[in-house]
Amino acid sequence: MTLLSMDTLYVIAGLMLVFVAVGAARNRSHKHRFGTALFWGLLAVIYFFGKQIPPLIIGWTVCGLAILAAGRFLSAPKESPADPEQRAAAAVRLGNRIFLPSLVIPITAVVSTVILAKIPLGPVQLFDAKQPTLAALGLGCLLAMVIGLRVTGAAPSAPMREGSRLLHMIGWALLLPQLLAALGGIFAKAGLGTIIADLVAQVFPTHHPFVAVAVYCISMALFTICLGNAFAAFPVITLGIGLPIIVQQHGGNPAIMAAIGMLSGYCGTLMTPMAANFNVVPAMLLELHDPHAVIKVQIPMGLTILMANIFLLYFCVYRF
Amino acid sequence: MIKLLGLLVIAIGFAVRANALLVVIAAGIVTGLLSGMSLNGVVEQLGKLFVENRYMTLPVILIVPVIGLLESHGLRERAETLIRRIRNATAGRVVFLYCIIRQISIALGVSIGGHAGAVRPIVAPMAEGAAQSKHGPLPEKATETIRAHAAAAENMGNFFGEDIFIAVGAVLLMKGFFDAQNIEVSVWALALWGIPTAIVAAVVMAWRARKLDRRIAEIVAAEAQPQRPEDAP
Repeated sequence: MTLLSMDTLYVIAGLMLVFVAVGAARNRSHKHRFGTALFWGLLAVIYFFGKQIPPLIIGWTVCGLAILAAGRFLSAPKESPADPEQRAAAAVRLGNRIFLPSLVIPITAVVSTVILAKIPLGPVQLFDAKQPTLAALGLGCLLAMVIGLRVTGAAPSAPMREGSRLLHMIGWALLLPQLLAALGGIFAKAGLGTIIADLVAQVFPTHHPFVAVAVYCISMALFTICLGNAFAAFPVITLGIGLPIIVQQHGGNPAIMAAIGMLSGYCGTLMTPMAANFNVVPAMLLELHDPHAVIKVQIPMGLTILMANIFLLYFCVYRF
Repeated sequence: MIKLLGLLVIAIGFAVRANALLVVIAAGIVTGLLSGMSLNGVVEQLGKLFVENRYMTLPVILIVPVIGLLESHGLRERAETLIRRIRNATAGRVVFLYCIIRQISIALGVSIGGHAGAVRPIVAPMAEGAAQSKHGPLPEKATETIRAHAAAAENMGNFFGEDIFIAVGAVLLMKGFFDAQNIEVSVWALALWGIPTAIVAAVVMAWRARKLDRRIAEIVAAEAQPQRPEDAP
């Protein structure tokens, strides 16, 4: 038996989403009342019954969610955020205690992953064996909520209300990471990697060791830019370019190639709107007018590190 | 070859600024159809993967109630007050310091921070506060670039620190990949060879952070310019 399984956390998240949906449906002044309620409500259903509903129906539901988002059938309700004077007064009253709950999350996550998860409790298990870190994070959030309520003295409904305010603000972008991961799976199934790898080998003089390294790093970055996910690019590009050319043809060290290759992929992650949870969601969270402002700041960083990676890999991979 | 049209769908979709959810689904359907799946087959696959990947969205949904609660009770205001007390703090230094702390902690396996957990409630207000105490009220352009740099610092620290820790997804993915190819590679070697790039990333962040401080000064000066009376010839 697992005390805090992933399924439990999915149900808790589902409850939060139901709260968002019901709140939108009951808000008469909300411009897109029903579309917004439908969007969050359908998402809640996927969280509650994801495993029970046939994948085909989930798939079409997800398409429906995208249409709701694309047709602008959902929006954040226009509500005045907490009074600035009230917030300032609370800040003075609470002092540094306000930070306590936000520190509880990482501390709980670390302590429970490192210690609690290892304590044998007979047949009972604290966390899911597959995702202990996530379950520990979930526990940290719940604990932080309890402590937060004590510290602030707010009504128990306050966290749900404030949480749904933030979820409305993030909006449909919340789903992008999850959907992109699904796209990566479909690409892999379609065998897109083999095709790209063959093309690259035909076009570039990869018999030269430096060209091989440069093509590998740049392909990792470019493919990550297209997919938004270095994890999806890694097997494709490493199988197609890295292993046959750098390791087998030129005798390079596979560990060095993989480590620096993956980090070259991350340079791509810095520069793409496809990595929405890192680049686009934060722009919305920070209420930036330009959704690509974070990417624009990261492009010089990504290009510089990518260039450094190519030279690092060239000087190390054939030497150690 | 024709399967690559899926990538083209993504490129065009983003270029015309279509809704990203729609673009992703369209790219998936086009790729699936071109590789011989039926429409229902692709959609079914999409639904299956979407449910399997629910865990990716979970942390955001669970963390927003706490962050929202703290924000409505003056979390940002308190962070701003604290930073105003620190001498010599600049937006660039706050952002750089956060990046380094994030990088070192995640290299030790401790995941603190995050865009929702730290950047919005703490790092961005602190950096803005530091710039404000130096330049006075900031033009919106300056606030935007400070916030964007705060988000970038989170990504830089997170990405280029995590591969040094062995129990992280990326390292385990590489290990699993080589195992499947019957190539012996140790997780320690994979983690060790993440360090040179991590150092490069820290240096690059320091460079961009210094540049940020200069940029803020430029923006503030440019805003102040038009009000200044012209010098007599």
